[in-house]
Amino acid sequence: MLGENLMINYEEAVGMILFSIGFCMLLFHRNLIKKIMGLNIMDTGVFLFLTSMGYIEDRVAPIVTDPSVAATTEQYINPIPSGLVLTGIVVSVSFTGLMLGLTIRLYQRYRTLNLDEIYYKAREEHK
Amino acid sequence: MNLVFNFPAFTVLISLLCSGIGFAINDKRKARVLSTCLFCACFVMNLCTLIYCVKNGPFTYMMGHYPAPWGNEIRAGVGEALIACFFNVIIALCVNGGYSELLNDVDERKIKLYFVMVNLINASLMALVYTNDIFTGYVFIEICTIASAGILMIHEIGRTMLAATRYMIFSLLGSGLFLIGVILLYDITGHLLMPNILEAVGTLWASGEYHLPLLVVICLISMGIAIKSGMFPFHFWMPDTYGVATPSSSGILSGIISKGYIFLLIKIIFRCFGTDVFYASGINDVLFVCGVCGMIFGSIDAIKENNINRMTAFSSAAQIGYIYMGIGLSPTLGVTAAVFHILTHAVTKPLLFLANGKLALASGREKKFLGLRGAGLRNRVAGVAFTFGALSMVGIPGFMGFISKLLFAQAAVGGSLHMAVTIIALAVSTILNTMYFLRTVITLFTAEGWDNPGNVRVFIRQQPGFAVAAICFMAINVVIGMHSQPIITLIERGLAAL
Amino acid sequence: MMKNNKESKFLRWLNGEDLLIDTKNEEPPVYDPEAANPYQYETEAHTLRKVDKAERRVFSRVYLALSVLLVLFLSAVLLLTVSNLPRYGSAEAPVNNEVSERYIEEGLEETGATNLVAGMILDYRAFDTLGESHVLFTGICAVMILLLTARKDSKKQLRHQDEEALYDVTCDPIVRIMAFFLMPCLLLFGIYVLLNGHLSPGGGFSGGAILGAAFILYSMAFGFEKTERFLNEKTIKVISCCSLGFYVVAKSYSFFTGANHLPSIISPGTPGAILSAGIIMPLNVAVGMVVACTMYSIFSFFKRGTV
Repeated sequence: MLGENLMINYEEAVGMILFSIGFCMLLFHRNLIKKIMGLNIMDTGVFLFLTSMGYIEDRVAPIVTDPSVAATTEQYINPIPSGLVLTGIVVSVSFTGLMLGLTIRLYQRYRTLNLDEIYYKAREEHK
Repeated sequence: MNLVFNFPAFTVLISLLCSGIGFAINDKRKARVLSTCLFCACFVMNLCTLIYCVKNGPFTYMMGHYPAPWGNEIRAGVGEALIACFFNVIIALCVNGGYSELLNDVDERKIKLYFVMVNLINASLMALVYTNDIFTGYVFIEICTIASAGILMIHEIGRTMLAATRYMIFSLLGSGLFLIGVILLYDITGHLLMPNILEAVGTLWASGEYHLPLLVVICLISMGIAIKSGMFPFHFWMPDTYGVATPSSSGILSGIISKGYIFLLIKIIFRCFGTDVFYASGINDVLFVCGVCGMIFGSIDAIKENNINRMTAFSSAAQIGYIYMGIGLSPTLGVTAAVFHILTHAVTKPLLFLANGKLALASGREKKFLGLRGAGLRNRVAGVAFTFGALSMVGIPGFMGFISKLLFAQAAVGGSLHMAVTIIALAVSTILNTMYFLRTVITLFTAEGWDNPGNVRVFIRQQPGFAVAAICFMAINVVIGMHSQPIITLIERGLAAL
Repeated sequence: MMKNNKESKFLRWLNGEDLLIDTKNEEPPVYDPEAANPYQYETEAHTLRKVDKAERRVFSRVYLALSVLLVLFLSAVLLLTVSNLPRYGSAEAPVNNEVSERYIEEGLEETGATNLVAGMILDYRAFDTLGESHVLFTGICAVMILLLTARKDSKKQLRHQDEEALYDVTCDPIVRIMAFFLMPCLLLFGIYVLLNGHLSPGGGFSGGAILGAAFILYSMAFGFEKTERFLNEKTIKVISCCSLGFYVVAKSYSFFTGANHLPSIISPGTPGAILSAGIIMPLNVAVGMVVACTMYSIFSFFKRGTV
């Protein structure tokens, strides 16, 4: 079950812990702003995981400094995870914007950020 | 090279282009015409693709100058093209059938944004159906999620905001699980393209290397999509979401968006994990159990409801349960039944939601059963449409619902334990379905006992859009219900080639 | 008697007058409607008192216990997974296969971009990135659906702003002077990052974010009226639509020629030169425009409900 790479993969491990913390914040916290924080923590965990996955020892970021010399795989790290992180960041920004917008609307209407109270007031409203 | 090869990619690209154009134009009528034309064009292209695939088999299409493992790719086969055709038809009928409610529910300045969102949903659904790259799947899932939240909250009342928040939270949880699953899968296989992943997963499974990560990946991806499509323990957002949105949005959300996700899951099972690995992993049994529970508990929740829209939404939860039960059952017959049920539900549920909107309108916007008495007599088209949908959902012979239940029962034969559970669950669920749908139909056609001041008669000429949409939905339902064999053959061929 | 009761209950349910199965706690506790006054800022405790306290406490404890359990379970499963993954920093990991090899070794020649990541996302895997920029577009449309207020309400909106003038930094001289000096640098840096996306770190998304931040800073320091002189609803609409349209059309051309093996007019050019790498630079500029407009308009919607 427990493999031998847990301590070596400590960056991935931290990413995963961040992911689960964010996941549970998003699921269980009653405050909308903290839910959004949880969402961002979750995404950050994923990005940390991705970036550390792409890293290779003794190699640099895949940007060619001298175009006249042919690039070899011994020089540069894997560019794919970087591209995936970029996509992830953009998606996360859109979601955060949308969730914050929703929070603004709910706050304008119910004057609270606590989801339980919002449910309660909404139920009152539609009696 | 044949022009047909380009059509699947074109459906995605012109949908994206039309969403940009729709944002630029200011007239809501033009936006509607643009969207409808877009759906028709996509339908024609998908139909051509379907015909081509039936004749010549599936094909892959490079998105750009670089071949398979380096560039993105699209793959079209019989199954994909068939599902895409259905999605186009249903989205077009939903948008046009519920247009008058849309005008009522939505702020004047935002109607064009509604059509932008619908175009984006069309684009993302086409991409989800045709994609051959798992990360493209993720990106378009996110477009679909944001756009569906958009069409949900465009009906600006407090409850839709709340429902949208809930929907977004569950969708985000699902997306998070799906994303981490995709990334872990990439980490252990080194590929993002489905055929390469399939190959790598087969090797890994055979050698036993990365066994635990692989199991976790299968679990995370299935759970992520299950949460997003509302499988049983995660179905609590559904009644809020479908119950308060404007009718066309409810139709689109329940009819095709969740089905797009499920179809992507089926595609991932067949083309990434491989059926051998997936059905040996045990995750299929989890899906099966959750599906069966969903069938029963969704129906019980529906019986408890006294609001017609929420009842229909809980019925959706039950129907999603059928689909997951089929997926969990077996890779051939079970998934065939599941795909057929995807079509059944996609055709029936929008009809019910559109009819609900019209029935409520004829009863002074009352959605409780108490106020809906006799609504089917005040708005005959909507009443008949609801009855049709209800009969199909219950599974009366001659409708699509009957065929899908038959297919589920057929699929169950074989596995001894699965068979007993499936047959019992089908029977119980059918009885429960009958209970709440029959009761609703009786309520709708009881002569007026309640003089609600909001009650109005609505005639067919006052609602041409809805009438056309309802008649189309009913016609599709009955025609396929009577002649189901061609569609089943197509699905079987599509799945065999996946 | 009992049976009779049940029967009549069933009939009532059939008529839609009653619920067949009684759900518990259907009736919420008494609620004071005056407290719902939307203009009165309520403290959390104020409302809490009216809700059943004990129930809430049990509920929140269950929640806490559940969340701790779930976080532990999820972390445990994921950590077990991590312990079985390839070693960190190892060159033999499955991800370092022929795919990344080609991106690195032939990316320069095939795409013409010295920034190999830019070459990868805008040429090899361009379909993903096309979707990605539409995620942003969808996001701004959704925010618009949420927060767009009608023009006629703008007066009310202004009054609303007066209340918040306390938190407004527009009148702050420090912010103004700093913005005065920072603006040119930010704009220049943003444009540099945009235009050199194919040569150096950066690209459309990062450059656009810098430009967006510059516009946000400007509107915070000098007010929206001044920003509207060059960035109003119409220009934002035109810029985003043209950029997105250009992006889709350019990429469609590239997809079409690529898939059908047709000759393409796009050539990689000399790697390292500013005008090279085919359409990567124009695409970066288009993406940057969309991102800048999105960032600014999300801020503007949050702040005042219109662009």
